[in-house]
Amino acid sequence: MTSLLEIRDLHKRYGTVEVLKGVDCSMRQGEVISIIGSSGSGKTTMLRCINMLEEFQGGTIAIDGQEIGYETADGVRRRKPEREIARQRALTGMAFQQFNLFPHMTAAANVMLGLVKVKKMSRDEARALAEKWLDRVGLLSRKDHYPGQLSGGQQQRVAIARAIAMNPKLMLFDEVTSALDPELVNEVLQVIKALAEDGMSMLIVTHEMRFAYEVSSRVIFMNQGRIGEEGNPREMFLKPKTERLAEFLKTSAFN
Amino acid sequence: MTYSLNFAAVWRSFDLLLQGLALSLGLAVVAILAGCVIGLITAFGLVSKSVLLRKPAGLYVTIIRNTPILVLVLFSYFALPELGVRLGKIESFVLTLAIYSGAYLAEVFRGGLIAVPPGQREAGLAIGLTEMQIRTSIIIPLMLRNVLPSLGSTMISLFKDTSLAAAIAVPELTFEARKINVETFRVIETWIVASCLYVATCSLLAALMRAVERRLAVPR
Repeated sequence: MTSLLEIRDLHKRYGTVEVLKGVDCSMRQGEVISIIGSSGSGKTTMLRCINMLEEFQGGTIAIDGQEIGYETADGVRRRKPEREIARQRALTGMAFQQFNLFPHMTAAANVMLGLVKVKKMSRDEARALAEKWLDRVGLLSRKDHYPGQLSGGQQQRVAIARAIAMNPKLMLFDEVTSALDPELVNEVLQVIKALAEDGMSMLIVTHEMRFAYEVSSRVIFMNQGRIGEEGNPREMFLKPKTERLAEFLKTSAFN
Repeated sequence: MTYSLNFAAVWRSFDLLLQGLALSLGLAVVAILAGCVIGLITAFGLVSKSVLLRKPAGLYVTIIRNTPILVLVLFSYFALPELGVRLGKIESFVLTLAIYSGAYLAEVFRGGLIAVPPGQREAGLAIGLTEMQIRTSIIIPLMLRNVLPSLGSTMISLFKDTSLAAAIAVPELTFEARKINVETFRVIETWIVASCLYVATCSLLAALMRAVERRLAVPR
């Protein structure tokens, strides 16, 4: 059985600064993996390589056996054509720290855009699906609201609906609660938890340690551009093997 | 010496002024529409990552924006034919104003483009949109909303620049006014009426732009 996501020896540089120094990771269908680590450890960068929002200079990423972003022919590594990359990006869905909803479109129109333009659905089909997913995140009554008329938590839930409506094989969450007021964090985490229970495969970069502990089937601790430690949440949080992780958990107030 | 105002002569030729105004508007609409297309393409060139696009776009803006429009008008009407490009008065002027407005609008649009947060493009990419789809569905609509206030004054400015077509005898408003001035000697009256027509048209244009601004405003 091929794995859903296969990352091998991933290297990423910004100029001369190497931020990913050889990351290997393999993920099965239905797994929920949380990626933790201090800022600058490379966790967000790793996530953004998976949907080619960042270029990477070495290694391979494959989703369902399909190599993402680059192809190698006659020993020469080339970026795939943009159209192909756009198609591959739709294999994953992403939710961002800053939500990034399109401010000039209603909640429903935000969800519909990709369905119409990428999935080539009719507007009616797209609207029905958009409403289904807005309902799932508890915001059907806000479908005609513009992002500026919604709270941060509501915006993030719309953003998740927008990503998930595209029927991705893998959801990427990039610190989705970091920009939220504390009282709005929970509604977003509940939505993610419900998706996990539905069997959605998810990679979650997060600073919410309690949430990572509860929702993940596996936790990856990133440290200085490498995977510092990984395992099931119980072992990771309660019996960290490395000094680094123990240190990190102490400072991130997990108890 | 006293000058007593008498508008009768101007009113007799008022039709001419209106015809002139109509031509001014026509020149402006065609030139500014073409200028918007040129400006939009140039603006994307100006913010491009590729030097091959950025440099030519920058050069175009630098040259055109730093040359007085009257010089450009005279150049394309008198100098271009020497280079083998022979255009009628009106075509020559519209082409000049289009190229001139393209340079100004490129800068206006550029300002609007850099004000669109990069996260908007990334969100578009993440759902699988192509760069072109992102431009048409997200970037350009947001950019237009950013630039509407300054776009209004740029358009008014460009409309008034049609008066320079008088220099090559295009029969627009200023040209007609000068003709009436010479024929009737009602200097003050003629230029008062012509000015009023410019002010009225520009005010209408401004009101129109504000209406568009309100219509496109993002609810919050």
